[in-house]
Amino acid sequence: MTATLPPETGAVGGRAEMPLAPSRPVLAHDWRRLVRMGAVGAFAQIFIALSNMPVRLDERVVVKPVLSLGYLTLLMVPFAAGYRVGHQIKREGMPQYAAGAHEVAGGAACGALAGGGLSLLAVLLANFDLREPLVNWSPMLAELLAFGRATWFAVVVWLLIGAAIGAAGGILRTLGPRTRRAVVTMVLAVAGAAVMEPLVVDLAEGMRLEGLTDRLYARRGGVNWTSALGIAAASGVLAVLGRGRIRQARDHIASLEGAKRNRANFGLIVLTGAALIILPLFAGKLTNELLANVGLFVLLALGLNVVVGLAGILDLGYVAFFAVGSYSAAVLTAATSPRINPEMPWLVALIVVVVITGLVGLFIGAPVIRMRGDYLAIVTLGFGEIIRLLFLSDWLSGWFGGAQGITKIPGAGIFGLTSVAGTDPRRVFYLVLAFCAIAIYVSWRLERSRLGRAWMAVREDETVAEAMGINTVNVKLLAFVVGAILGSFSGAIFSAKVGSVFPNSFLILVSIVILVVVIFGGMGSIVGVIAGSAVLIGVLGGPKQPGLLAEFSEFKLLIYGALLIWMMLARPEGLIPSVRRSRELHQEEMAQDAWLRGQVEDDDGSGTQAAPLT
Amino acid sequence: MTATSGNGLAPGTDAANGTGRRPLLETRGLSVDFGGLHALDGLDFEVHSGEIVSVIGPNGAGKTTLFNAITATVERSAGDILFEGTSLLGLDPNRVTARGIARTFQNVRLFANMTVLENVMVSQHCRTRQHAFGALFYTPSFRREEAEIRQRAEKVLSFFGSRLVGYRFDQPAFTLSYANRRRLEIARAMATQPKLILLDEPVAGMNPVESAELTGMIGRLRDEWGFAIVVIEHHMDVVREVSDRVVVLDHGTKIAEGDYADVSADPRVIEAYLGQGAET
Repeated sequence: MTATLPPETGAVGGRAEMPLAPSRPVLAHDWRRLVRMGAVGAFAQIFIALSNMPVRLDERVVVKPVLSLGYLTLLMVPFAAGYRVGHQIKREGMPQYAAGAHEVAGGAACGALAGGGLSLLAVLLANFDLREPLVNWSPMLAELLAFGRATWFAVVVWLLIGAAIGAAGGILRTLGPRTRRAVVTMVLAVAGAAVMEPLVVDLAEGMRLEGLTDRLYARRGGVNWTSALGIAAASGVLAVLGRGRIRQARDHIASLEGAKRNRANFGLIVLTGAALIILPLFAGKLTNELLANVGLFVLLALGLNVVVGLAGILDLGYVAFFAVGSYSAAVLTAATSPRINPEMPWLVALIVVVVITGLVGLFIGAPVIRMRGDYLAIVTLGFGEIIRLLFLSDWLSGWFGGAQGITKIPGAGIFGLTSVAGTDPRRVFYLVLAFCAIAIYVSWRLERSRLGRAWMAVREDETVAEAMGINTVNVKLLAFVVGAILGSFSGAIFSAKVGSVFPNSFLILVSIVILVVVIFGGMGSIVGVIAGSAVLIGVLGGPKQPGLLAEFSEFKLLIYGALLIWMMLARPEGLIPSVRRSRELHQEEMAQDAWLRGQVEDDDGSGTQAAPLT
Repeated sequence: MTATSGNGLAPGTDAANGTGRRPLLETRGLSVDFGGLHALDGLDFEVHSGEIVSVIGPNGAGKTTLFNAITATVERSAGDILFEGTSLLGLDPNRVTARGIARTFQNVRLFANMTVLENVMVSQHCRTRQHAFGALFYTPSFRREEAEIRQRAEKVLSFFGSRLVGYRFDQPAFTLSYANRRRLEIARAMATQPKLILLDEPVAGMNPVESAELTGMIGRLRDEWGFAIVVIEHHMDVVREVSDRVVVLDHGTKIAEGDYADVSADPRVIEAYLGQGAET
């Protein structure tokens, strides 16, 4: 902090590249900031340890035999703290210092502080009985922290580990951008290989490449350390050779003319579609099950995206339509349904389901839609619960079986050709894929129509939209109904896939998870919504569906929350935002850029030709 | 002519225009109360087709409330509003717009994140009828209507010269300069294909050159597009330039009416603007 700032560097020309100032002295730290960052790290460490995450995740090996997921959760924190503490805020006219020994020392100090949190915890665990107030951690934690030795060992070793890892974070700062990218790619590649292990094993089996996976992964899980080195080397080389080619290609496509860009995008869509059709043929049960789960949530998220992303109606009870879709499909197709059991073929039932859900959407929407903003959100939350409680109630148990639900639902038959049941996840996935395609097409077409524009206008300013001749009630209601129908598709497939429906499958949590998927992926962006469910549902798992990191299931919500907070801070527009949304969140910068390019101000210039009239 | 002294119940006789035709818009005894405050108090007001009427008055006189009452944005407490001879009572704002009354807002309220073109396209909503079905199946009638909407939007925007056309079509509205935002608001109102446009302080915040230019445009709006226009304005040179008739409001009632010269000389108007002491 003692680094005094030189007076403002005159008229250097604003944002032009300023030369880096020489690195700061090794010990000239902003100590207050460093200690604060270290304390936050220490607190995070203690929190993670006491949540029992390290013990539960210790079973999942990342790199055999050196690193388990449990230790990884603990090591991440000092690394992040060590990296973050070297961050310099970029301000115009302020000098940027070159990174050097200063950053490494700062990272080490900060990391040691963060690691010290665990040292403190080890001492506390050894001397006090913490089981009473803090119930989550298991006795194995102390053992894990001390590597099976005495407490003093844990104290020393975590300080040292913290310092070392924090220094590594600091070193990452000192690297040039290209090297840094290579290092990050290498780490991500190894981590990715470890996370994708079940998927890769499954696929390799389908393609008869067991030899490969045997070499890559240890028998009891985890990447072999030799192959980890191999993966790191290969990806490092690729990163150096690639040098951001992917980004170049993306920018290139974005810069193309309208028709050409459409063709390129169309090509990409066809390629992705082909891959998604071919891939499951080689995949085993596990992969297909995973893909089907992701697909179900893509379908739900696309539906909610119409409501929240396009029309701007914050619907917190979206699960209601999922439930209505599931239950009505179940009643219409299952022979065991308590009151009425027409045993319709699935496709015929689907048509009825769509009509029913559409009507329910109208019925719920009509009173709700006249409200705005927070009020609307709260009321939809209520309706979501009401629907679930109705299915659970004794009053309607003669129809829907109450808490026992409806079981033995037959699979989905398609034109008598095939039947899709939960026992064959591959067919389920194809079914889901087909409906996802429909949902994507519907959202894409509607967004670019008169109706889509009206939705946007309502989202922007409802009063003005009304004054411009848009019947806002009808338009919003329609968004609600379209969302409901897309959700009912997912529900109908869900009941056929699982074979039974219970009220407990439709907890409020499902609404929240779908909303998180939409926000995390990028509101209003179709690609973003798909990416969001792939990451959240595919990797971490849905409310009841396991993801690739099945061990996380206990901590899923914790991680959802952390991810959401981080996302809102770092990238509020979402993973893959729609152009419009990112514009909205970066209005000022964009307006400024437009002004700098001289595009805004020609008012005075051309205004003179209409000479003053008086 | 001075303030209409009558009760406004004789729509067939209008001395100012001498046409004897029924007015396009007519309010009878219009009152709007906010709690105990009479924002409008039994106002009789009429506009004929092809006419430009200025509404002036000190702050809080009820000018914007008049607009809000006509467009059904605020609730009326008494009185009636007739448009083309039929009442607007009980209509939602969007129905009023569909009947042919468009407005702009005093504090510019564009759809900031939509592009310039989209802003104008979306306000043709009530004149077009394609629904989800056409969009989903990409029917010929859907394509035809989309093309028409776009064409009309471009035509409306080209009314403002080169300012809102070309690359500006696809720029988000928030990147526009202040004056251009005001122009886009007018374009948006024009695109609803109204018979009557209500302009709420159209030149506020513009520099003198821009203001003079827009003043000319208000005249052209009537001459070339055939709109009747009501303008709320504080700039007296604009009022003098554009108005066929000036209506002065104070405390929710009409205190004077007539052409600019008459009104500006009216002692009641001077008093309302400058206070009691100005008479001495």
